[in-house]
Amino acid sequence: MLVFLARRFTFFVLALIASSILIFSLIRIAGGNVAAVMLGKAARPEAIDELMAELGLDRPLPVQYLDWVGGMLRGDLGTSFRTGESVTALLVDRLPVSVPLALGGMALALLVALPIGTYAATKAGSPIGTFVAMASQVGIAVPVFWAGVLLSLFFGVRLGWLPTGGWTPWSTSVSGAVQSLILPVTALGMVMAATLSRYTRTSVLDVMNEDYVRTARASGMTRGGALMRVGLRNASLPLVTVVGLLAAELIGGTVIIEEVFSLPGLARMILSSVSAREVIVVQSAVMVIVAFVMVVNLIVDVLYGVLDPRVRVAR
Amino acid sequence: MTDQPVLDVRGLVVRRDDLVAVRGVDIQVRAGQRVGLVGESGAGKSLTALAVMGLLQLGWTTEGQVLHDGVDLTRISDRAFSSRRGRTLSMIFQDPLSALNPTQRVGAQITGVVRRHTEASRDDARAQALELFTQMHLPRPEQMLRAYPHELSGGQRQRVMIAMAMACYPQLIIADEPTTALDVTVQKQVLRLLDAAVQDRGSALLLITHDLSVIAAMCDHVLVMYGGRVVEEGPVREVLRSPRHPYTKGLLESQPTLDNIELEGTARLPSIRGNVPSLHDMPTGCAFRTRCDRATAQCEVVPVLEGDASRAACWHPEPALSQAGRS
Repeated sequence: MLVFLARRFTFFVLALIASSILIFSLIRIAGGNVAAVMLGKAARPEAIDELMAELGLDRPLPVQYLDWVGGMLRGDLGTSFRTGESVTALLVDRLPVSVPLALGGMALALLVALPIGTYAATKAGSPIGTFVAMASQVGIAVPVFWAGVLLSLFFGVRLGWLPTGGWTPWSTSVSGAVQSLILPVTALGMVMAATLSRYTRTSVLDVMNEDYVRTARASGMTRGGALMRVGLRNASLPLVTVVGLLAAELIGGTVIIEEVFSLPGLARMILSSVSAREVIVVQSAVMVIVAFVMVVNLIVDVLYGVLDPRVRVAR
Repeated sequence: MTDQPVLDVRGLVVRRDDLVAVRGVDIQVRAGQRVGLVGESGAGKSLTALAVMGLLQLGWTTEGQVLHDGVDLTRISDRAFSSRRGRTLSMIFQDPLSALNPTQRVGAQITGVVRRHTEASRDDARAQALELFTQMHLPRPEQMLRAYPHELSGGQRQRVMIAMAMACYPQLIIADEPTTALDVTVQKQVLRLLDAAVQDRGSALLLITHDLSVIAAMCDHVLVMYGGRVVEEGPVREVLRSPRHPYTKGLLESQPTLDNIELEGTARLPSIRGNVPSLHDMPTGCAFRTRCDRATAQCEVVPVLEGDASRAACWHPEPALSQAGRS
């Protein structure tokens, strides 16, 4: 188990380094520069060069990269060129919006998808099972933004129960913050739940046809007992992987949802920073997100090792 | 001991819509008796066993009666059936790697069975599991209990399976090709252990195999299945010495023995011509007639089992040994 963990962790660190290089390169390949944006269209080229030098953006790329990575290792994510605010402060502002949104969406998806998928598997072939399977198929086809707009129209505009968008900070009103998150979390969670419930159904269905479930039944477990005691644990193996992959998709979903519900989250901050060519802000913020997804996947891998004894020795 | 059989299968039919895989099979197993069920793959042996255990996959349905302990198993609820599975009747499967739960220690799988059916405490159940492992000659049983199935060899896994099936001293054990997935050298050991375990418990055994030598070593009564029906039945000695059904005869002749190697030279092992017909185009009448040298127009009507010592379902059977010997 220790060897397994050490190997997984090494892989995690290598992946972090690789993605930091990728992030650093991509924003530069995109072209444009923050000095030109800051000084406006009428700026003289010499002035732009001067500002670039001042910001340290004229240094060789490897130097800039090491400077950035070195800062991150010391816990310094850099500062915004335009406002001089530290990226850490910017993140601290945004995370109370984005983190509950992402985690809430994931939690909702799991809470809805696992029972429904399992239920659909036990009812496979019956009209109810077919209905659930079809409903999740429809759910998969619904884009996140469309789900968001519909929810907002119905519960926000038509019924007036919840805000159609915008954000009440936690410090102002906790219930206000919760209210402004309910619809976005629902939109995000339901769309993911559709995908996840389908995987759950397939996975449970596969496992229930396995020989060892038959053995469990042959040794006296009822159909339900075999499902709960043998089926679910084994069915959870492929699902854990799917959840890891969905974590990345989740971040993509928050970008759209934050836009639809005009939430001042991390994703929107990155979008506006990209247009402003705030390279450091973009780099560091994206790096934080990438690290989050990777941590989730590291947890997934470890969990996989815990759930499946074969993995511990095999790889 | 009463004369009521521990298993009395009457007119068992197993089908999936129009596909009829088992076409009216009768099996009787008395207490302590060892019955072999032999035939090629596709004969319906495994489906018969699964139907008896009530473990057919979704889509398969059964007709007929499966009487066990005075109860028709086809008519009781899953819960009532479950309380019998593993306790009064249990089953050993062919491939022990896929048949054991990969994510649970084998010890826990055994104690699970014990605790499900008895009032045994955790410690009692563990002690019983340890005892079972020792009986099964599993090396270092203490450590073995903590192993996962993938950490064991094929033979060890099958011993775990047998231990699991034997845990509650069942009246009847159904073993479906228990040694087919194992190395030849291991097959014998496992059979010997199964033999001893059945003997100790006085359990009845329904042994399914395609290997007549296994039947010869383990059973006292044999049923030969072909095309979803029993085509010959009788005491093992009678049936194997003087098979009456042409199919049984063919099956016996296609077993390699030292005799036919020496007599025929290198590779002249006789075989039954043709292939086992698929369920989709099973011949009417006697299912074997398309491969049989003796087939006549009469064979288009299904023959019934007839005979004294051993019974064969054939219009043109070999004469029984007892008669042939006397004349």
